[in-house]
Amino acid sequence: MLTLVNLLGLALVAWIVWYFWLYKKEGVAVTEVAGVQEINITVKGGYDPDVIVVKKGKAVRLHFTRRESALCSEMVVFDTLGRSAKLPEGETVTLEFTPQQAGEIPFQCQMGMLRGKVVVTS
Amino acid sequence: MEVTRNKQPPGPGAASLCLPLPQVKDTARARALSHALRQVAGIEAVQVNLARQEAHLTYNPGAISVAGVVEAVERAGYSVGRAELRAHIAGMHCASCVARIEDVLRAVPGVLDASVNPATGVATVEYVPGTADFRAIQAAVESVGYQTAHPLEQPPAPEEEAEAHAREYKSLMAKFWFAAAVSVPTVLVAYPNVSWLYAPYLFSSAISEGVVWLLWVLSGLVTLPVMFYSGRQFFTGAASAFRHHAADMNTLIALGTGAAWLYSTAALIFPRLFPAGTAEPFYDVTAVVTALVVLGQALEVRAKGQTSQAIRKLIGLQARTARVLREGRELEIPVEEVEVDDVVVVRPGEKIPVDGVIIEGQSALDESMVTGESLPVDKQPGDEVIGATVNTTGSFKFRATKVGKDTALAQVVKMVQDAMGSKAPIARLVDVVSGYFVPAVMIIAVLTFLAWLNFGPSPALAYAVVTAVTVLIIACPCAVGMAVPLSLVAGLGKAAEHGVLIRNGEALQTASALKTVVLDKTGTITKGKPELTDALPAPGFDEKTLIHLAASADRPSEHPLAQAIVKGAQARGLEPLEPGAFKAVPGHGVEAAVDGKRVLVGNRKLMEREKVDTTSLAEAVGRLQGEGKTAMYVAVDGQAAGVVAVADTLKEDSVEAIRVMRQMGLEVVMLTGDNERTARSIARQVGIERVLAEVLPEEKANQVHALKAEGKKVGMVGDGINDAPALVEADVGFAIGTGTDVAIEVADVTLIGGSLKGVAYAIEVSKATMQNAKQSLFGAFVYNVLGIPVAAGILFPFFGILLSPILAGAAMAISSVTVVSNANRLRFFRARSFTRA
Repeated sequence: MLTLVNLLGLALVAWIVWYFWLYKKEGVAVTEVAGVQEINITVKGGYDPDVIVVKKGKAVRLHFTRRESALCSEMVVFDTLGRSAKLPEGETVTLEFTPQQAGEIPFQCQMGMLRGKVVVTS
Repeated sequence: MEVTRNKQPPGPGAASLCLPLPQVKDTARARALSHALRQVAGIEAVQVNLARQEAHLTYNPGAISVAGVVEAVERAGYSVGRAELRAHIAGMHCASCVARIEDVLRAVPGVLDASVNPATGVATVEYVPGTADFRAIQAAVESVGYQTAHPLEQPPAPEEEAEAHAREYKSLMAKFWFAAAVSVPTVLVAYPNVSWLYAPYLFSSAISEGVVWLLWVLSGLVTLPVMFYSGRQFFTGAASAFRHHAADMNTLIALGTGAAWLYSTAALIFPRLFPAGTAEPFYDVTAVVTALVVLGQALEVRAKGQTSQAIRKLIGLQARTARVLREGRELEIPVEEVEVDDVVVVRPGEKIPVDGVIIEGQSALDESMVTGESLPVDKQPGDEVIGATVNTTGSFKFRATKVGKDTALAQVVKMVQDAMGSKAPIARLVDVVSGYFVPAVMIIAVLTFLAWLNFGPSPALAYAVVTAVTVLIIACPCAVGMAVPLSLVAGLGKAAEHGVLIRNGEALQTASALKTVVLDKTGTITKGKPELTDALPAPGFDEKTLIHLAASADRPSEHPLAQAIVKGAQARGLEPLEPGAFKAVPGHGVEAAVDGKRVLVGNRKLMEREKVDTTSLAEAVGRLQGEGKTAMYVAVDGQAAGVVAVADTLKEDSVEAIRVMRQMGLEVVMLTGDNERTARSIARQVGIERVLAEVLPEEKANQVHALKAEGKKVGMVGDGINDAPALVEADVGFAIGTGTDVAIEVADVTLIGGSLKGVAYAIEVSKATMQNAKQSLFGAFVYNVLGIPVAAGILFPFFGILLSPILAGAAMAISSVTVVSNANRLRFFRARSFTRA
């Protein structure tokens, strides 16, 4: 019995490692309308979707809508772009930029608990 | 990149506009047009849709009218067809309102069509630009008793934010009180073994097992609403984080309280499944921990609101109304509706509503809120006035030059807000850690459970569950994650209150580590314009006569030195006379007839040419030149009358600012294009030892580079224009701004007041902020690094100490509140350099 519980416990540890650290998220591709790559992102305990695939050289427009009142997600920070935006609850805040090179542009809440990224492909 | 905010769809603060552009047919033109439009004040975002030949704009109706947008398009060389505008309408509750609003809108001249969506409360209006505009539409909507959304405060975000914080606080406190109310009875019936705490013993000393069991069941039932009302956000937050393969503080609290409840319930219903002595429910943990953590969050919300108090204060400075002249009449209008080129009337004691230039009247303005300068500043026609400053006693009219988002105040607010959203490099490091933190705690909890189960004393299962739950609850990722951002917000706000704008967290962190500060001389240490400093009369003349004669002779001259003498005389109450027979002798000086006397003012060459004996003045001249001043001889009717000296004088507080910098252990270096002697003389007066003189403007950056090569972090202080390359080269560039040019692009730090004290203050406040952030961070790390093992029971084998989950909940709540409170201490930071009058 004890051995079984031990094995289950260790399996749980392995599963935590896999689920939270090793799991590779699939990106969500944006819809492109008239040369602008647009996507709606819902902010609630995370960014949904949190991995967004875009093409370089074309304007990207991210529409964030925060659907919770917890303070954690009050601000979204694009550190590598040097930009940030306050996300008032229930409002849509649009962030626009044009990625010039392929790579990843991470974004997160101010405390780094919620994270997402824009994957720029060439 | 643009950040635009709008309600869904566009609401207060922004309106969207679709302009048909029949002429825009290729990408080049589309690009040129959107580029041109983005430069226009008030236009926030532009997207040209080539396929449909339309431009979609987001603009601020308070800053630019539709006609203004159309004009901008036409200036760029394109004509506009019909346009569409969307505006949020407030107070619309019934479908019948829709028809009324639509009718009244269609009646506005220039409106072609209007439709109102009752579901979203948005009116879509198609109209001919130039004929109708937002104001006409607004007036129409108001005429039937509704309000169109309009930017009431600029920018609106912080007030909304304060309201949102207040709402959140209220809701959290309600949740707390509920959880607390339930906690009391659950605790009182939770420990039949602790007789003084067990409430039923008050009524009877013999409580049957059945009654104990029943009370436990009741506890379990009343704890359910605690979890799903008071602790709701933990479970919903944890669930949505889980979907994203992420885990945060919510996950830990939800797992901790949830596991406690489930274990207790299982123990109550199926006691046989558990080894003897382990079927002990502990519902009180769920209730009390939820109450404590929610209380912690409420306190956090409240304290967090205070952290950004500085920026709310800044926004509160904005005047609400303005008195403008329109069609010959004085109208009092909301400040958002003031347009560029409006003539604004300001009466004594009033706030200046927007930025502009005085066209009539004069006064003294208290600009302390923008520049930090405490003395009122005299203003005359042609002088700039800054919005949010306060008129003292005079009345004047000024022409608005910058309104809405372009005013100095609005830019300051935006810059500070941007900076608050940036990251200090130290925070990036923390982010890496916090990415692994929560899953790591979960793993530790599982391992703790296994360890107690395998090696713990009996009842092992009960110990294992309690310790695992305690680990989950005590861990506080929030304290770690919040430490740096909160200190940053408080520190940047504090700096902004003193007219010191720090561009981002990185600039702040670097500024805190500066070892050397390079100061440009002219315009930075000194005022940058010559002033009359000395008048040394020859025997037979007195000082007043000397100055009066020299100033009168110099009056027609436009030479800066001559002007300095004229101004100097006026400042001493000596109004110069109108001279006769004025003649400027290039490279020598001037000669003129004053009061019937022939007066010469100039250098030694002039005196030699006119054969004036100056031997008696030679010593005085030598001394003045030794002080780095420009000495000029004055002769009256062929006789030496004395010497007047002009020099670029120190700003009032340069000496003190430099003293403070040296006290902080900074090496202060002066950099100037002037000759060694003048430079040394100024350096002596302000107490600078290291002087780099005779440096060509283009060489300044190289000098800064050379100083950096000494291995120290170098800050460079100069004006944003001439010294731009040096500012960029330095680790931290400080630009001295004056008046309304607040957003100096090249600078990491902008000093609005123009005083060197700002440099000292910026460095002091940066040091204090970084120290504060490190304290919080250190505290949070130590708390977690010590707290988690103790919660896991590491002290138990040695001292028999085991933490109760309830204590863990209290510790967790206290630790996150402590971090916020520590950041708030920065609000009371008092610098050595700056005690604002």
